[in-house]
Amino acid sequence: MINVFFNILIFPGLIFLSIFGLGAEYFDRKLCAKLQNRVGPPWFQPLADFIKLLAKENVIPNQADPTVFTLMPVLAFTATLTAFFYIPLWQTKALSSFNGDLIVVLYLLTIPTLTFFLGGWYARSVFSMIGAARSIIQLFAYEIPLFLAILAPAMMAGTLSLSEMTVFYGSHPWLVLLNLVDFVIALVALLGKLEKTPFDIPEAETEIVAGCLTEYSGRLLAFFRIAIDMEMVVGSSLLAAVFLPFGFNFGFAIGFILYLVKVLFVVALLSLARTIVARLRIDQMINFCWKIVAPAAFLMLVVDLVVKGLISR
Amino acid sequence: MDRYDFKIPIGPQHPALKEPESFLLTMHGEKISSMTVRLGYNHRGIEKACELQTYIQDMYLIERVCGICSHSHATCFIQAVEEIAGLQVPKRALYIRTLVAELERVHSHLLWLGVAGHEIGFDTLLMYSWRDREVVMDILAMLTGNRVNYSVNTIGGVRRDITAEHIPQILKAIDTLEERTKYYIQIATEETTIIKRLSGVGMLSYDDGVHLGAVGPTARASGIDRDVRRDDPYASYEDVKFAVITDKHCDVYGRAVVRVLELMESYKIIRQILANLPDGPIAVKAPRKIPAGEALSRYEAPRGEDVHYVKANGTDKPERVKVRAPTLANVQVVAHMLKDRYLADMPIVIAAIDPCFSCTDRLISVTDAGKGTKNTMTWPQLHSYSIEWHRKSGIDFSELNKKFKVPGN
Repeated sequence: MINVFFNILIFPGLIFLSIFGLGAEYFDRKLCAKLQNRVGPPWFQPLADFIKLLAKENVIPNQADPTVFTLMPVLAFTATLTAFFYIPLWQTKALSSFNGDLIVVLYLLTIPTLTFFLGGWYARSVFSMIGAARSIIQLFAYEIPLFLAILAPAMMAGTLSLSEMTVFYGSHPWLVLLNLVDFVIALVALLGKLEKTPFDIPEAETEIVAGCLTEYSGRLLAFFRIAIDMEMVVGSSLLAAVFLPFGFNFGFAIGFILYLVKVLFVVALLSLARTIVARLRIDQMINFCWKIVAPAAFLMLVVDLVVKGLISR
Repeated sequence: MDRYDFKIPIGPQHPALKEPESFLLTMHGEKISSMTVRLGYNHRGIEKACELQTYIQDMYLIERVCGICSHSHATCFIQAVEEIAGLQVPKRALYIRTLVAELERVHSHLLWLGVAGHEIGFDTLLMYSWRDREVVMDILAMLTGNRVNYSVNTIGGVRRDITAEHIPQILKAIDTLEERTKYYIQIATEETTIIKRLSGVGMLSYDDGVHLGAVGPTARASGIDRDVRRDDPYASYEDVKFAVITDKHCDVYGRAVVRVLELMESYKIIRQILANLPDGPIAVKAPRKIPAGEALSRYEAPRGEDVHYVKANGTDKPERVKVRAPTLANVQVVAHMLKDRYLADMPIVIAAIDPCFSCTDRLISVTDAGKGTKNTMTWPQLHSYSIEWHRKSGIDFSELNKKFKVPGN
């Protein structure tokens, strides 16, 4: 019993994920700064921001729905945390797993976007409502490619359990190469999910201030911010588990370091993407996702089916 | 306007705007159906203040019309004053003025490039171009002593001379900048997301540009071949060879191309000036009192044609000073360019005219067209309005009001 609480609250649960989330945010910001020829923040900056926000006054707009407005950051926070338990980190077995946990993880990762939508919508300010509408439109654009891109490797492994997928790819390491295109697709979709440039359309600063989060302040904003950081880690961990499934059999120490390296590698790819492109418009983003990314994901699904047929013969 | 339309206030305080100005957008979904511009949040009464001070003091005041093109306004004003006084400015002084003007153009266009990058969410471009802008800022600080508001002009010439040590440093800086600018030209013409965000956005046809009176790079990007430096040369622009950059794209992309190519022309001008810098004095003595007369001066600021009108009455203070900053000519085209565009295009379309709202701001009074009533308030009216406003929220200042005997109550 104590073991379960330790796992949920401290390691690899709440405390570890929060710290790793802040660390990943620092890594992202620092790397981005270096790529942009800036100095960048000191290592404690994300934590300092978090503490500062916790100390600030909590302002709930008069016209906002107070229940939904206060509930949403907590929901985003808990949903990301829950998703983390089903992802294999440094061993082939996740903290908890069952056949179908892949779908649960994907749906839990959708919840933060829905909370942005609801929080922004019920804040009842023009900027946050436009941001809310944009984030839900964007959800429809990237969610399908992401599901397809992760479904293809799962289908190849013949299971919907993330833990069993890592076992399968452990014994068939060369099949990972087949998923490289899906990896790129999933990265693009993750950029959309995390609302990072070029898909930071729902929080485009120069157009709609901070989008859904415009009216948020104080503790609620702090929880949204840390939920976004955690979502970045969880999303990157998911991609690492599905597309980089190696190094699970070296014990805890090496496996753990490998896990950190893999997640930071995915985060680095995300920061690289956001430094080299401009923000797209929402119509361009949808066109891009539906005309290029989604068909590519479908094509990879067909390729995987054919290859699976050839192997099993 | 149907029931699905809604209004978004962009400004007076908004992240897209670096200065307070209000744009009220009527939206239909993500599309803008109409826009109104409201000037007047930054009115500082500089034209009036000019009438109360001497010409020399005015020069420093006029310089503060705009933080970016301070030399443009100062030179434009000084040219008008010198014309009234009939002063023959030494050639060396004119060359130095031109040099500072072109360095200012370089710094302004690099600044614009960064702002444009930021408006379309491409912060890397902002960081890079502003880093390179430091090079030209350092050169300006070396030449004039200031990074902005150079104060290099004086009536009848300039205040600071260029020494022999300055020239190689400037040339070196120009070489560095030229290399970087080539890189920006490559980025602007090859990077897919930039082209996607800029091309076809904020269309302004040749005819519309002429009718709405667009000036500067905004007009030149619509194929309007106008440049005061060539059409009505001032300072030493007669002696230098340069091309007036025009473009046929008529959109924000065209404006970006015009500006980066103008940078290359500016480097050319700077090199020619440094090569042919004549010897001689840098200023002639100017009288304190300027004889009666009036003059209109034109100047090609980085943002477009700047016009100053000065009327002198024989004293040491001008009778009237009128400033027509380039943004005032360009701000009308913004509403035209934004019609039926996406909200996402709003920041870059506004930024594409390189707006400087503090230069543009005018005192306006709003008249209700139906009733003919003017929406202006006198000081006592404003005072009682504020007391009434506070009383509604539960704070009563009327006792305090009686105690201090405010005029008008």
